[in-house]
Amino acid sequence: MERVPILKIGDVLLVSIQVDLEDQSVVALQEDLAERISSTGAHGVVIDISAVEIVDSFIGRMFATIASISRLFDADTVVVGMRPAVAITLVELGLTLGEVRTALDLEKGLAVLRRLGADREVRIEVDEDDEPVQAFS
Amino acid sequence: MTSPAGERKELPIRRDDDVVRVRQLVRSYAQQAKLSLVDQTKLVTATSELARNTLTYGGGGVADVEIVADTRRRGVRASFIDEGPGIADVELAFTDGWTSGKGLGLGLSGARRLVDEFNLTTEVGRGTTVTVTKWGR
Amino acid sequence: MTNPTQGDQLADLLRGDADELIRRWVGLAASSLRGRMTEAELDRELREFFAVLVDALSTGSRDIKDDAYADARVLLEELSRTRARLGFSPSETAVGVFALKRAVFELIERRGNDGFREVIALSSLLDDLGLWTFEFYSRTREEIITEQSEQLLELTTPVVKLWDGVLAVPLVGTLDSARTQVVMEKLLEALVESGAEQAIIDITGVLAVDTQVAQHLLKTVMAARLMGAECTISGIRPQIAQTIVGLGIEFGDITTKASLADALLHALRRAGVDVVRRRNQAV
Repeated sequence: MERVPILKIGDVLLVSIQVDLEDQSVVALQEDLAERISSTGAHGVVIDISAVEIVDSFIGRMFATIASISRLFDADTVVVGMRPAVAITLVELGLTLGEVRTALDLEKGLAVLRRLGADREVRIEVDEDDEPVQAFS
Repeated sequence: MTSPAGERKELPIRRDDDVVRVRQLVRSYAQQAKLSLVDQTKLVTATSELARNTLTYGGGGVADVEIVADTRRRGVRASFIDEGPGIADVELAFTDGWTSGKGLGLGLSGARRLVDEFNLTTEVGRGTTVTVTKWGR
Repeated sequence: MTNPTQGDQLADLLRGDADELIRRWVGLAASSLRGRMTEAELDRELREFFAVLVDALSTGSRDIKDDAYADARVLLEELSRTRARLGFSPSETAVGVFALKRAVFELIERRGNDGFREVIALSSLLDDLGLWTFEFYSRTREEIITEQSEQLLELTTPVVKLWDGVLAVPLVGTLDSARTQVVMEKLLEALVESGAEQAIIDITGVLAVDTQVAQHLLKTVMAARLMGAECTISGIRPQIAQTIVGLGIEFGDITTKASLADALLHALRRAGVDVVRRRNQAV
């Protein structure tokens, strides 16, 4: 069984799937990722599937599961590089990816994570600034 | 009016990585039969679902894959044969979201949407055979 | 059916007067093609076919599906294909085979011998071969039609860039399921190639939409979303809006805009571009 490597760049974990995954590898990847998110405190997970030729319901479910697990650690998951044929097939199959976010490529995926990260920070600032103003007006 | 157009091969489905081998065989046949990229992807995805069903619910079996042709076009036909417990309620098994195992419950109904011809015969205690065909456009 | 003696007789008959037969055959075939092929071309073609036909006949077989006729069939298929591509009609194509019949009949008539059995056998055999050309002729025509309609599809569905990061497909005319599918694939491919995150499908020029087409449009939007892009549908005419509602198709949370301009504005905003009218130029 092949294990998919997980790379860490800053506070983002990057998984690039390059092989035709068998189900065991999928399960192993899920476990490895949960492990790494919790140990590194990463705030984002990017799964690059630009080399993946098919996504069936098993792999599709993996994305949803990884996203749910990441959420528990306050991390966002972005799937990037899905091929058109794969997207069309997934729609036909009736599969939705739940809370998984998607982006056209790795760069845009990282931008999505930055935006989400920025949202978090902005929310804290707005709360602190807004309330006193409202209180005194 | 269908006649075999050459290539035909039978693969066992006993283990996880057999599912990967079935996918690869189906893809290479689909390329030979000149299916469009989207049709190739749909067929491979459908056969991936069915091969996994054979393994998970049928307790293993075989995949019989062949290139077929009629007067106008070529296509790929794949049969998944197991001698497992069979399906007691076929209608229920086709319901989106219904699952008795580890899938998303899109296996059978999803696979049916992805192919041109879908045929299922099952007998409780005897086993299940699913045959799908995808034609070139 | 196989009768070696008869087979040899027929083959011998043809072989015996080969040159005369071929000349007459070429003459007959050429007159019906009215100069669109030279006699020299025809002569070469028919002579080649004659040779493989006589070879096949001498095996004694009278069934054109037999292996003995494999070469003859291939030659005929080739001939039908080129004729179809050159724009000959089916009868002009089949006459190449049928003309041999007449040439043989004339030959037997002139000789005055009673070659009835041979003639009947040969006649039905040539009928079969003639039908074979029809089959291949129509098959080739179908291929040509398919090719042309594919080319037409390519031509009529351009994916255009409206702005950096904004693509659009203006659809015009009648949408059928096949065409919609092509559009869908082309648009998604273009998203990957250009990296555009906003796409607009404009259906202002579309006359009618049926359930299947509407479903395809929806699926395109969903597929684009799975890939990480936003898709807006614009220019839905009142009649089409009625159809969509009437058919009970759920457009769900898909963004629809009345006009392409509205859709572009929406897409630009989503892409982070502000459109501002200069104050001193305001009307």
